[in-house]
Amino acid sequence: MKLSPDETIFWQHGFITINLTIATTWAIMLVLVVASLLITRKLKTGIHISRAQCILEMLVTGMNNQIKDIGLDKPEQYIGFIGTLFLFIVTANICIIFPWYEPPTGSLSTTVALAVSVFIAVPFFGIEKSGITGYLKSYIKPTVIMLPFNLISEITRTLALAVRLFGNIMSGGMIVAILLSITPFIFPIVMKVLGLLTGMVQAYIFSILATVYIAAAVREGKKKDKIKSITNNLKEVKNG
Amino acid sequence: MDNVTLIAVASIVTAGITTGIGCMMPAMGEGKSVSSALSSIAQQPDAAPTITRTLFVGLAMIESTAIYCFVVSMILIFANPFWNHIIAK
Repeated sequence: MKLSPDETIFWQHGFITINLTIATTWAIMLVLVVASLLITRKLKTGIHISRAQCILEMLVTGMNNQIKDIGLDKPEQYIGFIGTLFLFIVTANICIIFPWYEPPTGSLSTTVALAVSVFIAVPFFGIEKSGITGYLKSYIKPTVIMLPFNLISEITRTLALAVRLFGNIMSGGMIVAILLSITPFIFPIVMKVLGLLTGMVQAYIFSILATVYIAAAVREGKKKDKIKSITNNLKEVKNG
Repeated sequence: MDNVTLIAVASIVTAGITTGIGCMMPAMGEGKSVSSALSSIAQQPDAAPTITRTLFVGLAMIESTAIYCFVVSMILIFANPFWNHIIAK
């Protein structure tokens, strides 16, 4: 039994391996990019817009609202990263309705890559907001004793992100494979429908958690700005 | 029992116990969180979107422990390093 699509290898030379995961990932990326290019080539502002533009507008508005609800005031800065994560995972998980398709998110290498990009993006947005010293100070808050725990939580939450997505998608495929050998008629289809739901929920959770982590890194800087503006106001009041 | 049988028995029994306990406890935790979320939505329907979002994130956190147990038992059954070691010997 194959645990992941990594084990289906098309071409190998030295340490370069082209397997099913890479092929499917590139196909999904191609579909997403070409579809977005085709749709955004002729955007209209009137009342009558094309169906595809309507779908994209709904997606972007919905994601912006979700990001804003979590506490990031300017979602336009972050939707490029978070929205791409969400769309990629959703497309990868929804495509299991096609026969012979194996989701690339069911391979640990893909999910680790996605989690590592979140791991890099959190300090990137944090430093962009509050500077290097401001971001590094967030590790010793509330006290210096918390420094090792903050560092450990950075690593473990990245690991948890990767294993959660991988485990959910892999277990969905595994259950269908096991049921096919026991009760091949109806139950695999029911589990496949459940897998569609799980895939959507996992994509939502992955992007929500990435947003929460970024918001936690950015909020430290915001607090500092607020205190600075309050003290400035107080000074102005004192000086008359 | 020789070593091969011992490793096989230990792996299979541990995989079963891991999935068993790892399904029971997160299921209880998820049931508790869903029931309290439902009762708070019934009390405050206006806060439903916030409660639902927090519930989903929390459920994912709880469920990931079950997923860890599942991954460990899958490793024990399909990709057991000890088994591979003793077979290769």
